[in-house]
Amino acid sequence: MTAEQTSLPREPGAPVPAIQVRGLHKHYGRHEVLQGIDFQVDAGQVVCVIGPSGSGKSTLLRCVNRLEEPTSGEILIEGIDICDRRTDLDDIRSRIGMVFQQFNLFPHLSVLKNLTLAQRNVRRRSKDEAVEIARQTLAKVGLSDKESAYPAHLSGGQQQRVAIARALSMNPDMMLFDEPTSALDPELVGDVLAVMKELAQEGMTMMVVTHEMGFAREVGDHLVFMDGGVVVEEGRPADVLSHPQHERTQSFLSKVL
Amino acid sequence: MTRRQRAALIQVVLYAVLVVGIVVLALVADWPTIRDNFWNPDGVSWADGNWQDLITIGLVNTVKYTAIAFGGGLALGLLLALMRLSPVAPYRWLATAYIEFFRGLPALVVMVFMATGLPIAFGWTPPGGLVGAGLIGLILVAGAYMAETLRAGIQAVPKGQTEAARSLGMRPGATTVRVVLPQAFRIVIPPLTNEFVLLIKDTALLFLLGAAADQRELTSVARDFLSSGPSTGTATSLIQAAILYLVITLPLTQLVAWLERRQRRAVR
Ligand SMILES: Nc1ncnc2c1ncn2[C@@H]1O[C@H](COP(=O)(O)OP(=O)(O)OP(=O)(O)O)[C@@H](O)[C@H]1O
Ligand SMILES: [Mg+2]
Repeated sequence: MTAEQTSLPREPGAPVPAIQVRGLHKHYGRHEVLQGIDFQVDAGQVVCVIGPSGSGKSTLLRCVNRLEEPTSGEILIEGIDICDRRTDLDDIRSRIGMVFQQFNLFPHLSVLKNLTLAQRNVRRRSKDEAVEIARQTLAKVGLSDKESAYPAHLSGGQQQRVAIARALSMNPDMMLFDEPTSALDPELVGDVLAVMKELAQEGMTMMVVTHEMGFAREVGDHLVFMDGGVVVEEGRPADVLSHPQHERTQSFLSKVL
Repeated sequence: MTRRQRAALIQVVLYAVLVVGIVVLALVADWPTIRDNFWNPDGVSWADGNWQDLITIGLVNTVKYTAIAFGGGLALGLLLALMRLSPVAPYRWLATAYIEFFRGLPALVVMVFMATGLPIAFGWTPPGGLVGAGLIGLILVAGAYMAETLRAGIQAVPKGQTEAARSLGMRPGATTVRVVLPQAFRIVIPPLTNEFVLLIKDTALLFLLGAAADQRELTSVARDFLSSGPSTGTATSLIQAAILYLVITLPLTQLVAWLERRQRRAVR
């Protein structure tokens, strides 16, 4: 089961960060996509990651639950090194909700089954309990009436909210979002962002790769700007967005704002 | 004459030629002889002709053998497909070698080898005797073909599906069984149905191995009626067998066509 917590050099009593990334490098062949990333998300914090296309945002996010294998560096989830062989990676993953740009709902299962599959299979919940939790999370994302629908019959915005509900029904400690609204028609973006905002207000720990600067400014506690595989600048969202210090940040923001 | 009128005229002429041709053939043909040799009244009589044995023995066994070969081939094919996609290299090599080997041989050679080679090599006769041995041969070959079909189906399931399941904490086995395979099977239903039709026809090869009277499949029963029974010396029983084959294969090939049309329309 869960490996022993790695002992960390930290002050006694200081809270363990939810996500801590140290010196992360990732190569694809000779292409170095992440060139030494240090990054942290504290419990209850909402950290938004922005940056131009190809800067390595998705790669960083996917390294956090090891969908992508880091080349070197350290990734600690609640203090546990996920690259340690003794760590039960599946157990860690079940505590990290992940939301993909392309939703990735299971098309052969109804909405309700999408939400209960991993609850039953991973959490070993009884059928009744899994269904009850699934209904609660569906209500939360405003889709109670869709539980027997199949993903193909839902709009993109509805599918993404089901995907969020699927992750939430595992009662994760934190949520990762990879451009959750980028594949949506503009009029459907608001519903998804509203759900994410509510989640943030409830104190969920969130790491959000996004192009929605409004969301980052309003909901984010911390903003990270990446370019070329490194963190160029970070700070309070309002500060970074309104007074970017680096030239690369300035030029990126002048294009997207 | 306008273009349309000319086109209409050509069509009328073509139909006329066809009708005249058929009429001439019908008049020239020696119908009584043809009927006696290919649709002999004694052979096709419902009460005491060939139908009883052809259906209750031949057709029933053909369906039974096809089901056994298909079920066995599917199980073997799934195992081979998963081996081919395994992260463990020796499994991949083994499966690849197996698939290439058995797809490169005529099914008949494998069946004869099972029927004659197994008893010689291991002193073991499979249940069902020669028919059982032949069926094992069919399963070995069908498994190789189905493995490739299933592998293609598994690989056609988007990678995001596996990622979503793994990110929820599902283990590799559960991900394959609960998420990937159900979608893969849906994709391969049309090619697998085709495989089933091919197997129906391949069971006819069993007749070359020989079988006890009540073990005979459709082709064996029909062949025995060539030299015995009410229509001895005529091809009647073969025509009857052909009709019975078509009765099961035609609906299936139509089903495949319909499934493929539906799948093409329902592309996500
Ligand atoms: N599997 C892969 N093999 C090779 N190169 C890859 C692979 N995945 C990503 N890359 C490369 O890594 C770089 C960073 O990709 P990544 O998807 O992390 O960027 P991103 O910041 O998320 O961009 P976007 O905003 O377009 O999503 C890109 O140059 C991409 O081409
Ligand atoms: Mg990306």
